[in-house]
Amino acid sequence: MTTIDVEVRGIGKRFPGVVANHDVSLHIRPESVHALIGENGAGKSTLMKILYGVQPADDGEILVDGAPVSFASPTDAIAAGIGMVFQHFMLADNLTVAENIVLGAEKLHGIGDDAKREIREISDRFGFGLDPDTLVERLGVAVRQRVEILKVLYRGARLIILDEPTAVLVPQEVDALFANLRELVTQGRSVLFISHKLDEVRQIADDISVMRRGTTVGTADPKTATKRELAELMVGAELPSPATSESTVTDRPVLRLDGVSVADDTGRDLLHDISLTVHAGEVVGIAGVEGNGQSELVEVVMGMVRAHAGSIHLGEDDITRLSTRAVRDLGVGFVPEDRHRHGLVLDYPLWENRVLGHQTSAPAVRRGLVSRKGARADAQRIIDEFDVRTPGVETSARALSGGNQQKFIVGREMSGSPRLLIASHPTRGVDVGAQAAIWDHIRAARREGLGVLLVSADLDELIGLSDRLEVILRGRLTAQFDPSSVTASDLGEAMTGGEAA
Amino acid sequence: MRRVLDTVVGGLLPPLVAVVAAMLATGVLIAAFGGSPGDFLEVIFSVPNDRVLLTIINQSAMLSISGIAAAIGFRMGLFNIGVEGQYIVGSCAGAFFAGSGLVAGPLNILATLVVAAAAGAAYALIAGLLRVYRGVSEVISAIMLNYIALTMAGYLVTNYGQASGYTFTTERLPLDSQPLGFKIFADAPGDVWALSSLALILGIGYWFLIARTRFGFELRVTGESATAARASGVNVKRMTLATMALSGAVAGLVWMPAYFGSVHTFGTPENFQAGLGFLGLAVALLGRNRTLGIFFAAALFAFLSGQSNNLQSAGIAKDVIDITQGVTVLAVVVAYEVVGRRRAKTEAERVSRQLDAEREGASA
Repeated sequence: MTTIDVEVRGIGKRFPGVVANHDVSLHIRPESVHALIGENGAGKSTLMKILYGVQPADDGEILVDGAPVSFASPTDAIAAGIGMVFQHFMLADNLTVAENIVLGAEKLHGIGDDAKREIREISDRFGFGLDPDTLVERLGVAVRQRVEILKVLYRGARLIILDEPTAVLVPQEVDALFANLRELVTQGRSVLFISHKLDEVRQIADDISVMRRGTTVGTADPKTATKRELAELMVGAELPSPATSESTVTDRPVLRLDGVSVADDTGRDLLHDISLTVHAGEVVGIAGVEGNGQSELVEVVMGMVRAHAGSIHLGEDDITRLSTRAVRDLGVGFVPEDRHRHGLVLDYPLWENRVLGHQTSAPAVRRGLVSRKGARADAQRIIDEFDVRTPGVETSARALSGGNQQKFIVGREMSGSPRLLIASHPTRGVDVGAQAAIWDHIRAARREGLGVLLVSADLDELIGLSDRLEVILRGRLTAQFDPSSVTASDLGEAMTGGEAA
Repeated sequence: MRRVLDTVVGGLLPPLVAVVAAMLATGVLIAAFGGSPGDFLEVIFSVPNDRVLLTIINQSAMLSISGIAAAIGFRMGLFNIGVEGQYIVGSCAGAFFAGSGLVAGPLNILATLVVAAAAGAAYALIAGLLRVYRGVSEVISAIMLNYIALTMAGYLVTNYGQASGYTFTTERLPLDSQPLGFKIFADAPGDVWALSSLALILGIGYWFLIARTRFGFELRVTGESATAARASGVNVKRMTLATMALSGAVAGLVWMPAYFGSVHTFGTPENFQAGLGFLGLAVALLGRNRTLGIFFAAALFAFLSGQSNNLQSAGIAKDVIDITQGVTVLAVVVAYEVVGRRRAKTEAERVSRQLDAEREGASA
């Protein structure tokens, strides 16, 4: 039997303080390509991990061919016929195609000629054109992806989950991949295709399910659904109304980017010709699907990566070539995207974390010496003002909940009255109470004349806080919106690149 | 009260457990080969005589310096296994300089310390630069550099030193540059070398640097989380180089107490103590990179080595003490890991308990 019918009913998954999935239901019909679309953070990865046995679900059930199953590990999922190809390939460069495929599945067909014969057979059947004896390091990305798919088929998968498979491919390779997927379906397999590229989804999918905020919000027929409809489903039809407060925007620029471009190691532009101004008292929100250059934008301003073209000014100061330290010293607060990796030293007490990023300024450091008294007192001030729930300044950052860690970071980065705050996902993974508190503090500081560059994937946050929205797509600022009048479909289209089509 | 208890349990118990485990392991091994574990323990735990005590003190000092050199690297996440090579290079350069008598009198001592430290730092920087600009693991390059140091020192001494019997050494340290030691035992030959006090000075300096200065803070943060350090404005490349140089500078000083205190020349294998640099890594591990811990670990290692000389008379090979030292380090690493995890867990629980209690108190 090669066909498979997988149904997911009412799946829920909670992490401490966060609901990642609730009431997720979808039905993957036999011999179909089922597309799962949704914004980053909509809960797609969590669902995938549950389907593939990486994590157990808290609620709900998975039915394979009508019978309920439970997966303790990916091994169980594979045994049930569900295989997964991750976005980041897991291949050993110095091994051959056959060795990579056989690795960990030696029991199926051995490691010798039988295995190679089987690999050739599968490759021919689905038109993959793979030679088992080639070294993987000689293969391009698209071919590697086929190796990964073959790896899954070799293990007997009937449903193949593909996590954003086209993200790494150029258009011609996408066409080739789609031809392969079609062939798989023709021969009885099913494919779960995860993406947020609407054009591709409409091209390949037989069914579409849409996720938003941890749950499945609807299905669509790819033959009839327009991109606009899909975008609206993804982003949500009702946008939050912006907080009605007096504008505090001044005409005094605090941050000015002129034609800034950043390239990766291979010389490809990650940011292209970015021009942007943040005024005192203004919050500029950067909207976009993750991975479109937001991190690079933040890092180039913070002096963590270098621009190869353009200039960056902080007030009157040219900061294009300054170090992170120098940028911070000029009065820039920085709430990094990943608080555990960039914002805190988890095993240090809070008072030492108060020093972090402020090693050159009082009260934490005086004349090259760490002021324990100053740092402790100011950490206590942050705890009081920002309502950080902790027994005290000696508690290690690790022991705090995510929301309290984040409140502490925001409090720290706002100390010393900075001119500019670079806030990257300031309330990600934070409970509602802490979120509201952080927003209030940002609004209050804006009234005092703080300029804020806000990068976020949370539309509530972007619209609720920003005075102006810029959309970033493939490293370019492609659209500008007024948060008080923007519609969901406009924003969704701009973020997913729908406008051009 | 709880904090005192935490310190005792978390800080002192693991090394104690480790030493006991090491003694047990050594005893089992001795018994397995037909020796008497009882004799072993009797010799090790006998009261050392004055002469042995002096050796223990002087060796502790040199091991402490070596341990501090290693600890500086460890605190930044660098495994400076090159302490050994930097120590050889520092010793060689220092001995050549001091013997040349370019600077006369007591000032020669100070100048020599500067030269030895500079040589050690420069040698360590080779590994540092390779890591920063070429991505070569400092462990690999430093191991190679250790061999090069040994060979290079031999070459220099043979070609630019002077013949003494069948071997070559550097010129002898001029008499007017030989500091007097501390004569603590009137009857025993020898003294506590003057420069053994260097261990105390460096120990306090290391503690101050790490615990109190901004540079030390940034060094520690880089070791804990390079990503957080970068976001906070630390130039991680520069920090790697500075740490390597500092570690190498201290490594360059390791042998100075012995040189000025008794040897006065560099070159003869019996006068130069190969392996002190490697032992420093073990001392730093055992002492958890803390000044007091390093002093304690160095004293323990010196004590074991000092006592092991008497093992011969009990019919036990003295090399068995290497096993004791090795097992101690191994056991202490495991024990600290266990304690560390326990502590993180109990703290998290305590915080949530305390906050829950507050919440209930507020709603009541």
